Amino acid sequence: MTDGLANQGTGNASNELLLTTVDGKPLKEALIHAEARAKRRAFFLVLPLLLFILITFVAPIGQMLHRSVHNDGFIVTEDFGTGVRTPIMVNLTEWFNENPPGSEIDESAYAALAADMVVLKKERAAGQAGTRINYEISGSRSLFTKTARNADKLAPPYKEAIIAIDPDWENPELWTVMRSASSAYTATFYLAAIDMTRNANGDIEMVNENRQVYVKLFQRTLILSLVITFLTFVLAYPVAHLLATLPLRYSNLLMILVLLPFWTSLLVRTTSWMILLQSQGVLNDAMVGLGILDDENRIQMMYNQAGTVIAMTHILLPFMILPLYSVMRPINPSYVRAARSLGATSWTAFRRIYFPQTVPGIGAGALLVFILAVGYYITPALVGGADGQLISNLIAFHMQKSLNWSLAAALAALLLGGILILYWLYDRLIGIDNLKLG
Amino acid sequence: MKIKTALMATALSGIAFSATAQELTVMSWGGAYTKSQVEAYHKPFTATTGIKINSVDADNLATPIKAQVEAGNVTIDVADVEFSDAVRLCDEGLLEPIDLSMLPAAPDGTPATDDFIEGALQDCAVANIVWSTVFAYNSNSVPTAPTTIADFFDTEKFPGKRGLRKSAKATLEMALMADGVPASEVYSVLDTDEGVDRAFAKLDSIKSDIVWWEAGAQPPQLLADGEVTMSTAYNGRIFNAAIAEKQPLVVVWDGQILDFDLFVVPKGAPNKEAAMQFIAFSTDTQRLADQASWISYGPARKSSGALVGTYSDGVTEMATHMPTAAENLGNALVNNFEFWVDKDAELNERFNAWLAN
Repeated sequence: MTDGLANQGTGNASNELLLTTVDGKPLKEALIHAEARAKRRAFFLVLPLLLFILITFVAPIGQMLHRSVHNDGFIVTEDFGTGVRTPIMVNLTEWFNENPPGSEIDESAYAALAADMVVLKKERAAGQAGTRINYEISGSRSLFTKTARNADKLAPPYKEAIIAIDPDWENPELWTVMRSASSAYTATFYLAAIDMTRNANGDIEMVNENRQVYVKLFQRTLILSLVITFLTFVLAYPVAHLLATLPLRYSNLLMILVLLPFWTSLLVRTTSWMILLQSQGVLNDAMVGLGILDDENRIQMMYNQAGTVIAMTHILLPFMILPLYSVMRPINPSYVRAARSLGATSWTAFRRIYFPQTVPGIGAGALLVFILAVGYYITPALVGGADGQLISNLIAFHMQKSLNWSLAAALAALLLGGILILYWLYDRLIGIDNLKLG
Repeated sequence: MKIKTALMATALSGIAFSATAQELTVMSWGGAYTKSQVEAYHKPFTATTGIKINSVDADNLATPIKAQVEAGNVTIDVADVEFSDAVRLCDEGLLEPIDLSMLPAAPDGTPATDDFIEGALQDCAVANIVWSTVFAYNSNSVPTAPTTIADFFDTEKFPGKRGLRKSAKATLEMALMADGVPASEVYSVLDTDEGVDRAFAKLDSIKSDIVWWEAGAQPPQLLADGEVTMSTAYNGRIFNAAIAEKQPLVVVWDGQILDFDLFVVPKGAPNKEAAMQFIAFSTDTQRLADQASWISYGPARKSSGALVGTYSDGVTEMATHMPTAAENLGNALVNNFEFWVDKDAELNERFNAWLAN
């Protein structure tokens, strides 16, 4: 490239002269060309990592999030052995397309339903279609399987025949749900994830009060995560300061004490807290032994919110200590000494000189701890009891127990969205460049 | 251990079947339960057929099955699942249908379809055991022994914490039975809004004393630690703690809730034929009776009952520890899977909301 600038000298002399390389190309073009090549080469270097992230991270998460708006359980059945996908509920879907919401559920609708039931029986898909409706109206699964079992015996007038099998078919809400399920893309799961539902007229309303749980758990997750973040900050700050100011051979030893639990299995640490905190545990026994507590009045520190907060604060503490330590270590102690010698009290020197220099570490630690706390689930599951549960425990419930993966995906997407908004706020208020992880 | 098993199997079978090197992956719940299956099913199966068995464990078996089948990458051949999971997975087309005619008849010639307990045979699943949710107490921490399910909910007569599984299933039924609903009417009461309110009202009366558990290994631990005075539990876990580990734990059978565990084959299992062969082999009369000598879960075949012998310690008679023993069935409820597949979402939502308040 330097060879290429052979005639630069003359070029500089007069601005009108176009700069060219030795082979006569304009310099600007040659530069772009060369840079593009370098960029391509750099791109090939990151390509493996990019592919790795795409395949193992973006694709599965994207697919999972897609489930939160997409559920075709009511309209397609797939034979997982052969991969053949058969449309079901075709007639009813067509009826929904021809008749706008609010139309009377007449004989033609029931005739379409009866025809679809015959297909459901043949494809053995009644349970699947019923399960999709059952997410919203309990009892629909057996309604579908029962009706499909008798599908061959159905004869006109279909309305009477179907209602004779089960009067629940007359429920207008059921037809609203079937209409919404007849398109694969739906906002139903997001509504459910914020305790809402559609009533028979298709209007959005809150679910019955005794079933409202998700909004409350989102709030609780947020509040507990903030409390835990604050507690880790209060505990970690002096520890990190001590580590940063001690001579290296002592601080390294102490650092091991911070890292050792960090390297210990999460389950082991959680279980250790159970042994310490339970009502027949070490702490309570010690207090009873010392006469501080009566045997009858042991303190309940486990299987409630207190247990969740204590165990999670301890488990997440290293994530706060390490970034703090990494920003405190290089802080020059002579700044504080200078402030003191100029007459500042120790508090002023800390507040105006030392503390501002540690803010990037606080930001990094707080962000790390908060984001980890929001998604935590094993620890609250083990020590949280009834009121120490977080939203991730319900995501796990829908993934593992109820198998309603669409709802789990919707809850997870809301959690992810919430965190992104908080991250954006953080960037606006403090600035993401002002973040030092180590 | 595995190598030893394989060697023994080859030696026993005499003919070197294992040269075909076929393998079968069987997934189960781990712990004493998997051990009972390895002893009663896997070892003799390998000895007879030469097919090696890989035993793997999981916590919620429905999740890996659903994930594997939907991704088209199935590694499990046979899995042991709970009833509602078997029905749901079958509904969603994630399981291979099972030809029930391949199941061997009882020794007296009764066809399998009559020999299995009602409900034990499904389109895609064959039950192997009957387990039950019971409540148990630590005999060191109660002044007098509780005898009925009502005692479990009576914290005045029996002060102390109670362990309960964090799930609507079984919890609501027990609350109703403790409130005086006869077992035969529990599900019809629970099907009404008033019935659900009644169950939650009963739970409210002890809410502040409940310690919730999730994994089956927790209740014996909670009881042994004195963390709770009584807890609901899977009967086999309490049996294991009381007999094998000599803990002072006692099972109360009143108000027990019976449930099945079933073998299923995920759709697209790599060794489908061998999987079916394994299921037919394992659920014959003798094998089911054999399993009961390793863990106190009842066999799903009526004809196995008479063949159940002693526990592997050689002295404990298993018959009285079976949930299906006549004296334990006095006030027993059979889990209504249709009810739970239907109402699961609604009742668990309400249960979770109740917990969070």
